[in-house]
Amino acid sequence: MLHVLRQIAKTGIKTEKPPTPADDMRTAARLQDDILRIVGRALTIRQVDAGSCNGCELEIHALANPYYNIEGLGVRFVASPRHADMLLVTGPVSKHMAIALKRTYDATPDPKLVVAVGDCGCTGGIFGESYASLGRVANVIPVDVEVPGCPPTPTALLQGILAALKKNP
Amino acid sequence: MNVGPLGIGAAALPSAIPAQRCPVSSGQLITACRLAWEQRGRLVALWATDDRDRERGFCLRVLLRDADGLTVLEHTLPYANALYPDLSGIFPVANRMQRAAFDLAGVQCDADDQRPWAWQAAWPIDRFPLQRDFEASPKWEPGEEEYPFVRVTGDGVHEIPVGPVHAGIIEPGHFRFQVVGEKVLRLEERLGYVHKGIEKRFESLPILDGARLAGRVSGDSTVAYAWAYAQALESMVELAVPPRAAWLRALCLERERLANHLGDLGYLGNDGGFAFGLAQFSRLKEDVLRRNREAFGHRLLMDVVVPGGIARDLDSRAAATMREQCVSLEREIRILRDIYDEHAGLQDRFMTCGRVAPELALQLGLTGFAARASGIAEDLRTDFPSTPYDALAVRICGHRDGDVAARVSVRFDEALESLRLIGAILDALPEGDCAVSFPEPPAFRLALGCVEGWRGPVTIALEGGPKGTIHRCHPHDPSWQNWPVLEHAVIGNIVPDFPLINKSFNLSYSGHDL
Repeated sequence: MLHVLRQIAKTGIKTEKPPTPADDMRTAARLQDDILRIVGRALTIRQVDAGSCNGCELEIHALANPYYNIEGLGVRFVASPRHADMLLVTGPVSKHMAIALKRTYDATPDPKLVVAVGDCGCTGGIFGESYASLGRVANVIPVDVEVPGCPPTPTALLQGILAALKKNP
Repeated sequence: MNVGPLGIGAAALPSAIPAQRCPVSSGQLITACRLAWEQRGRLVALWATDDRDRERGFCLRVLLRDADGLTVLEHTLPYANALYPDLSGIFPVANRMQRAAFDLAGVQCDADDQRPWAWQAAWPIDRFPLQRDFEASPKWEPGEEEYPFVRVTGDGVHEIPVGPVHAGIIEPGHFRFQVVGEKVLRLEERLGYVHKGIEKRFESLPILDGARLAGRVSGDSTVAYAWAYAQALESMVELAVPPRAAWLRALCLERERLANHLGDLGYLGNDGGFAFGLAQFSRLKEDVLRRNREAFGHRLLMDVVVPGGIARDLDSRAAATMREQCVSLEREIRILRDIYDEHAGLQDRFMTCGRVAPELALQLGLTGFAARASGIAEDLRTDFPSTPYDALAVRICGHRDGDVAARVSVRFDEALESLRLIGAILDALPEGDCAVSFPEPPAFRLALGCVEGWRGPVTIALEGGPKGTIHRCHPHDPSWQNWPVLEHAVIGNIVPDFPLINKSFNLSYSGHDL
């Protein structure tokens, strides 16, 4: 137990002292203000992988690390679409996931914000449209904001989440 | 493998590690596989190619690996439904590969299990995407299939369906648990949800551009795939990349291994109820990714390995920062390892959980670091070292217990070994160019690429077409081998331990579903 406490004390609060670009924090600070103003309490997100290569998921995971500390900003990833304000969807939407994605969307209560993540989610990316892929997320469910990038950086993801909030006050 | 005694001819196959191709009849296919099994050989991959445009019918290829290297058995079928013999009696792992080969190429075997695997009602069941005359119709709507899961019946037995959309931030797939009380009697996986037509997509790309797609078969292994693809292409045209490029590729591969192990060690702590572990390891992983971006322009190192070399040279400042990071990371990992080792609650969750005994691992063909945690000492970096691994004396990491604790221990060992390798590479990095220009590859020459990714060996089988096109590309992820073993690893464990066991393997859905 002492080891754990020592390590925590030694590590300090990484969120306050970001080692690299200050931009990261500026985005985060703006995001917190906007969430408090617009949503009032907190934002809950349900992430849906509708066919990605798992690269986008790695960067979405990174949002939870101490540097970006998305939970500290009042944004939480939840296990059910019924608890979610926002869907964060990676693509391309495989045909095999189309029905599951539509059902997830239907199960999400208002405001039902949708952020399409990654080049594949925005355009179909390198996989495009085919016998097995429906391409961009917007081909399957309505999308509020698209965050391009292969994969988008955690900073870009934060900016996209913010943009979706601004679009739907 | 010596196929001479079986009366089978063999020809050399372009590949970075020793490889041969052998044309076989259906009888010889079985005898060769049986011989391979007896000599502790393993089935790596199985795929089919429509060669009717070259008036050769269909070609079924079975890739085997043993201590001598790789052997591709090539069995030609005059037409698609000329049945070939079921290999799953010899190599259980063949089952799903055979089913996928039928769903995609229409080439069928005589097995009892004819359930679809890659197919989930997105296209008509009697059309086969990898056949040359296949044309997709915009009228085909996604459908729903009734998959015949095996059911366990009896007093108190019930079923838990999970997925395809999981509760966490992970890829989609379906798990069907048969449980009594908390205890798992049986788990059956249904994968294929992220099938997005990767193999067909390859055939519409110029062969040099294929590297970009290969790097997106499974995002967490982008370096391994891009390198395997480049290796296949370079073997095909007999091109040697400059030494500096080879060393930088290994640097990227080890950084990918390090980042993935760090991330998973954090989640393993978290799934064991120790959130401190996630906070600490996700911080260390982020440090690795940030240095990646500074050095190579991409956090996950996508598109850094390109055919002919490497896309971006490492400058001396980035190299120095990376070298310093090795020292601080090693210190931090060792502190965290002690904390994990001494944490009674965590060890209680890890020990004896999700055990795969060495005998079972061998029988089912477990591969990669999970196999090394179950007593199988196999690693392409030590078994068939290519540049620069031949100069680095990679230490193979292993364990015999085969439980979550063993996989955690191997991940710690491999993360530390990768750190050592990164340091050694940076200390001895040769000077010179980091890429050469690429000639147009010859048509219809099969070549293999094989790289030990963080999860296990990643294989690319590549055959060019006329004028720099791709005739066929089959990427093979080690997850094909390990997914069926996960079904066995959870038997007798309690349902709440499934996420922990699953994370200890952390298999790829995208790399498997293609």
